[in-house]
Amino acid sequence: MRVSILKIIIFSFVFFSLFVLWQGLKKNNNYDTKSLVGARISNFQFTEINNVNKSISEKDLKNNKFTLINFFASWCLPCRTEHKYLINLSKKKIKIIGINFKDKKKNANNFLKELGNPYNFVGKDSDGKASVLFGVYGIPESILVDNNLNIIKKIIGPIDQNQYNEILNLIK
Amino acid sequence: MKIKKIILIIYFSFFMSLNADENYRDVSEIYKNLRCLICQGQSIADSNSDFAVTIKLVVQDLISEKKTNDEIYSFLISKYGEWIVYQPSFSKNNFLLWTLPYAVLVLGGFIIFFIVRKNKHNRVN
Repeated sequence: MRVSILKIIIFSFVFFSLFVLWQGLKKNNNYDTKSLVGARISNFQFTEINNVNKSISEKDLKNNKFTLINFFASWCLPCRTEHKYLINLSKKKIKIIGINFKDKKKNANNFLKELGNPYNFVGKDSDGKASVLFGVYGIPESILVDNNLNIIKKIIGPIDQNQYNEILNLIK
Repeated sequence: MKIKKIILIIYFSFFMSLNADENYRDVSEIYKNLRCLICQGQSIADSNSDFAVTIKLVVQDLISEKKTNDEIYSFLISKYGEWIVYQPSFSKNNFLLWTLPYAVLVLGGFIIFFIVRKNKHNRVN
């Protein structure tokens, strides 16, 4: 009788371990910060890239129905591929704020001169610390925020055609 | 008088070095418990990537603002999710993660106990 109880315990344990392993394998292990969707953005302040007396904070976003905060840099190649979508979005009913991430002012200005400036405001984050407030861990990243300062969508990596369409649907 | 001065100097230098050492240990301990999200299996302490450098700066800022370790972890978890810390907090989602090792330990003890008892019983018979 005791032996059979022991066998049941061992069998249950092996079965449970295999079940946990199977569940673990099923889980998506690709890390992203999309869990932040629905959360409220933190208080922030960015100074303008060419004018230290001008700045933007979360309060300014309350005036816009939708704001897209885009983190970019001149040294970031995928930022070039997404730029045309940002230019197109700038013609729609949405404010776009660009945050120049760990970049040189001169290079950032050349980048915008070359590809066009889709931004209503270009802020700077020279050391990347302020971007941590938005859960940024690589660029490009874009965050769509409503006038209640809630995150509606987070795009990690460059904006592509599908994401562009999704943004258009969301801001309709 | 001289002796008093010497004792005071020794006391303060010892106290200062102790304090400095504590601060250093505190920071490196925090870095070791933070995962570099863009590196393969490296902590913030091990990595010199852009992300790790930024997080180190943020942690240093939070320490200078007198934030506790838990407050620092909570802040980073709120921004990057629980994946950023190596030691996850106790919650209903990872309840098994925390309790299973103890359950297995107790279960193993029972199994060993039963086997030993069975062997003893067989030997007596």
